[in-house]
Amino acid sequence: MNSPRLALRQVRFTNKAFWRNPASAFFTFAFPLMFLVIFTSLLGSGNLPINGVSIKRSWYFVGAMAGFGVISACFTNIAITVTFQRDQGILKRLRGTPLPAWAYLFSRVVHAMFVAAILVVITMVFGALLYDAPLPTGLPLLEFFVALVVGALSFSALALALTGAIPNADAAPPMVNAVILPLLFLSGIFIPLDDTAPGWIKLVGKIFPVKHFVDSLYGGFLGGFTFPAAAGGSHVYPFHWNDVLVVGVWGIVGLLLAARSFSWEPRR
Amino acid sequence: MTERVIEIGGLSKSYADVEAVNGIDLHVDRGEVFALLGPNGAGKTTTTEILEGYRVRTAGTVNVLGFDPADNDLAMKARIGIVLQSTGVDPYLTVAETLDLFAGYYEHPRQAQEVIHLVGLSEKRDVRVNQLSGGQQRRLDVAVALAGDPELLFLDEPTTGFDPNARRNAWEIIKSLAALGKTVFLTTHFMDEAQYLADRVAVIANGSIVAEGAPETIGGRDTMQARIRYRVPPGATVPPFHDASLRADGSFELRVDDPTVALHGLTSWAVEHGYAFDALDVSRPSLEDVYIELTGGQAGTE
Repeated sequence: MNSPRLALRQVRFTNKAFWRNPASAFFTFAFPLMFLVIFTSLLGSGNLPINGVSIKRSWYFVGAMAGFGVISACFTNIAITVTFQRDQGILKRLRGTPLPAWAYLFSRVVHAMFVAAILVVITMVFGALLYDAPLPTGLPLLEFFVALVVGALSFSALALALTGAIPNADAAPPMVNAVILPLLFLSGIFIPLDDTAPGWIKLVGKIFPVKHFVDSLYGGFLGGFTFPAAAGGSHVYPFHWNDVLVVGVWGIVGLLLAARSFSWEPRR
Repeated sequence: MTERVIEIGGLSKSYADVEAVNGIDLHVDRGEVFALLGPNGAGKTTTTEILEGYRVRTAGTVNVLGFDPADNDLAMKARIGIVLQSTGVDPYLTVAETLDLFAGYYEHPRQAQEVIHLVGLSEKRDVRVNQLSGGQQRRLDVAVALAGDPELLFLDEPTTGFDPNARRNAWEIIKSLAALGKTVFLTTHFMDEAQYLADRVAVIANGSIVAEGAPETIGGRDTMQARIRYRVPPGATVPPFHDASLRADGSFELRVDDPTVALHGLTSWAVEHGYAFDALDVSRPSLEDVYIELTGGQAGTE
């Protein structure tokens, strides 16, 4: 059997095994929606001055939770699942077969992207129905799509790189959360960072990929719409390819790190 | 002409502070069942995992089916089957799906149905892996290793933790593979397993090979003296064998080159005096005796 077919077959089985654990699958999808409702209820009223325009806070959370969904599926879930499978000896077992290593990794990443895609769609539809959030069309939709794909791939690569630093499955959830949670907070996913946020937090956002990722998502998500601008008049929400580029560079760094440090067996 | 399937020369592997394997030489011919026998921590698994490509050696040469396993060549993986010490398959797939998945990795797989039948899991084919018993998961492991119809099979302690019945079944599976002309490289710390399955045995202790040969002749077993044990009925005079030694349980033990002559003398004496021996037992030193002698009763440290 040729490699691409092998890889796609691996995706199919990965997907099958995923749905066989309904509790895990349900909460994978429920988690970001739950956060969307919680944060919108807590902090979602009124408008938010951001990137020079003023948008509805609830719309902000729709975009933020779409980004959170992608990061959950592609970063948190990949890092934890791969580490668990490593501890279960599944990776070692596969290493003893002629399945190319990339085909296994491909299956994990494609499956995570599939989950992320469902999450984004659910979040968007949920947001449109409950909070009257807009749905992008035309060029902004394309930008939104590219930002999502680049983000999903990059966070997947970073997750694979991180598994090399995680010694065993017990250490995976705390280590993964210790890496991603502070970044989620400092990048405005849960508590919006408006234009008045402290300088050091803005710096963290500039360096790490999370803020760039959600910014690029908003650029696409809200890009086709005009909002009241702080300087007066109205303005289109800006989309910057630079954000996508920074996320992509992080992804490449993750890929290089993963190639060096990825391990097929747990370190005890 | 015999073909070397595995050839190892001067193989060493050291971890940070331990010398796990210390310059061993081994070879396995096509169609052979070879057992690497040794206590826990002797270097069995390290050696096996170097052959399988999981570990990289510190020194020496290794050739498996014409490949250097350190190259991690998928063409080598396509021709071998591996049973590791622990299970490693997705817990949420069924037995049949697991076999189907693994069979797909190979160019010429064995029919999944047939493999499932061979390991006795036909009735469990639609059961998820996480609902199988430990023994059944182990059998699934063997099935997965056979999925690609390998010409060389590695079995690392395949029956550890099995009940006697399951062990027998596993042995019969391995025997049937040998009958198909497969080469089997097996590690075990069970003497009877090596004795029953292997054409050739190497005993490893502290990272070195201390003996190698057929299970019947290893360690000079065939030329060692036979052992006769007997117990004299209470009140009987002790039979006239001066070199018989009295054992703790009150029986006598005699070591002789030719048990036929010695037994004749012993039984003639008994018949003559109208006695019957309570316990009369003649044996060659068991593989276990040889093994304990060779490994110096080395305690397992694994």
